[in-house]
Amino acid sequence: MPSPDVALARPRATSVETLSRRDLRLGKLLLAPALAYIFLLVAIPFLLAVFLSLTNSSAGSLQFSFVGLQNFRAVVASPVFLRALRNTFIFTVVSQVLVIGLGNVLARALMKPFRGKLLVRFLILLPWAAPISLATLGWLWIFDSTFSVINWLLKVVGWLGPGQWYYWLGDPVLGMIAIITVHVWRMLPFSTVIILAGLTSIPKEVHEAADIDGAGPVAKTFQITIPMMLPILTVAVLFGAVFTFTDMSVVYLLTRGGPYNSTHVLASLAFQDGVLGGDVGRGAAVAIFLVPLLVVMAVVMLRISRRAEVV
Amino acid sequence: MARRARGGILATLGHRALILGFTAFAIFPFYWMLITAFKQNADLYVGASNTAHNPFIFNRPPTLEHLHILFENTLYLTWLFNTLWVGGLVVAITLALGVPAAYSLARLTGRWGERLSIGIFLTYLIPSTLLFIPFSRLVALLGLQNQLWALVLIYPTFTVPFCTWLLMGFLKTLPKEIEESAMVDGCSRLGAITRVVLPLAVPGLLTVVIFALTLTIQEFVYSLTFISSVGRMTVSVGVPVALVRGDVYYWGSLMAACLITSVPLAFLYNFFLDRFIAGFTVGAIK
Repeated sequence: MPSPDVALARPRATSVETLSRRDLRLGKLLLAPALAYIFLLVAIPFLLAVFLSLTNSSAGSLQFSFVGLQNFRAVVASPVFLRALRNTFIFTVVSQVLVIGLGNVLARALMKPFRGKLLVRFLILLPWAAPISLATLGWLWIFDSTFSVINWLLKVVGWLGPGQWYYWLGDPVLGMIAIITVHVWRMLPFSTVIILAGLTSIPKEVHEAADIDGAGPVAKTFQITIPMMLPILTVAVLFGAVFTFTDMSVVYLLTRGGPYNSTHVLASLAFQDGVLGGDVGRGAAVAIFLVPLLVVMAVVMLRISRRAEVV
Repeated sequence: MARRARGGILATLGHRALILGFTAFAIFPFYWMLITAFKQNADLYVGASNTAHNPFIFNRPPTLEHLHILFENTLYLTWLFNTLWVGGLVVAITLALGVPAAYSLARLTGRWGERLSIGIFLTYLIPSTLLFIPFSRLVALLGLQNQLWALVLIYPTFTVPFCTWLLMGFLKTLPKEIEESAMVDGCSRLGAITRVVLPLAVPGLLTVVIFALTLTIQEFVYSLTFISSVGRMTVSVGVPVALVRGDVYYWGSLMAACLITSVPLAFLYNFFLDRFIAGFTVGAIK
């Protein structure tokens, strides 16, 4: 008795089909406002940034002319820019190495049950939740040239002898240490919670099976934990790297790029040239140097998401 | 056995010490804000070379003077109000653009939408430090310099991609059958969305509201670039820029402002942490 089935199935199949076409039309309609906004206020400004870097545009007027690669030539020849470029990489790499190393230690410690865990989680998240400008202000006071509590401690323990003093924000090396400290402090909670999510997502059975097979802790680390954690570690590193790489708040508020422009990063230099200095074209040219890393980041993200889909 | 027990105790102690150390590192600046906010100036401004004066404790009775100054003699409350005003509008815009887009990507566009959603998420990674220069042109062109409307216009550039992504993930966890059965009962697709899906999506919507709001409160670069009048600043710029007069830092009031603004945000983050992590880990955890 196949006929009633067929009779039932046919109208349903066509209705599903028309529904899905209608769905697609509705889908496009619902998506359109967000896409239009993103196109107008992200894609166009992004292209405008590239365009402005090729002009002699300045903050005072809306008139400008095309100067080709002149801004880029001037920027690359400037020692301040080269220093900023180097600093950007140093800050990003050093702070990310520390953040991922410490984040793994902290996440493992948080895996174990203990009393007051919720309170500890709340406290450890504070640096990430606080607005970065206000948190950096707290550090500005900690690194103060006269009242630095760090110097007080170093005096008390005898590290700093009589007449010795650290001007945390008035010295290129100490200034860089201060900036890295703030980045590590701020990004550590973020990486820790992401690594923690990764660790808890490894099923217990995997470890149990490895135990039965006689795998030791070293073998388990290299053959289970690290391979299974790789995608999540990549996510933590990539976001951490982008947030650190493109940040200007910490440098701007702590050292203003000083002393003698020695602690600038690309973002703070772009702000100094393009906004404070009014040389929009040059500022845009400096900021464009942020793009290559972001492209690498985008590609890696796409890879990860594609692989996750396949699995 | 005894050795094993001792090893266990040592491991536990090490674990506690580790947790304690990390917690101390995380909260020290906030402890420092707290104690600074309530210290008398005579207790605060003692040079750090004076080792006899312990700066970690109150050497004189605590005072409310800095709080009085902050709330009565500065524009802190105005900045908070400005921030929440901008935040409210940004949340509204984010929901208006993000909710339909998220539903569409979760249900109506198939594989094509999946790729598009990753593209939308990636725009979240385009940093403010790259866009503030073109935006300064745009803001000048629209005559919005030094107006909070400039921030209302621009802040959704980071809230919309992030929140659309978060909400899409949330909607995908709801079974499709709920709106299908509503539609069998005679609802249109839009009717099913408003009557059935949105009420179930309230936790997801709440997460979006919270994150759009916290991202607005935390934002610094655009606000610094576009707002120059002290009375129109948001809190993240007003406190570090306008509370410092010349080279004079009112550290007591400054630290009070930092602490009062930061702690509520930490509570919000704790409540919504799991969704937040899910948003960032993309497909890396299944």
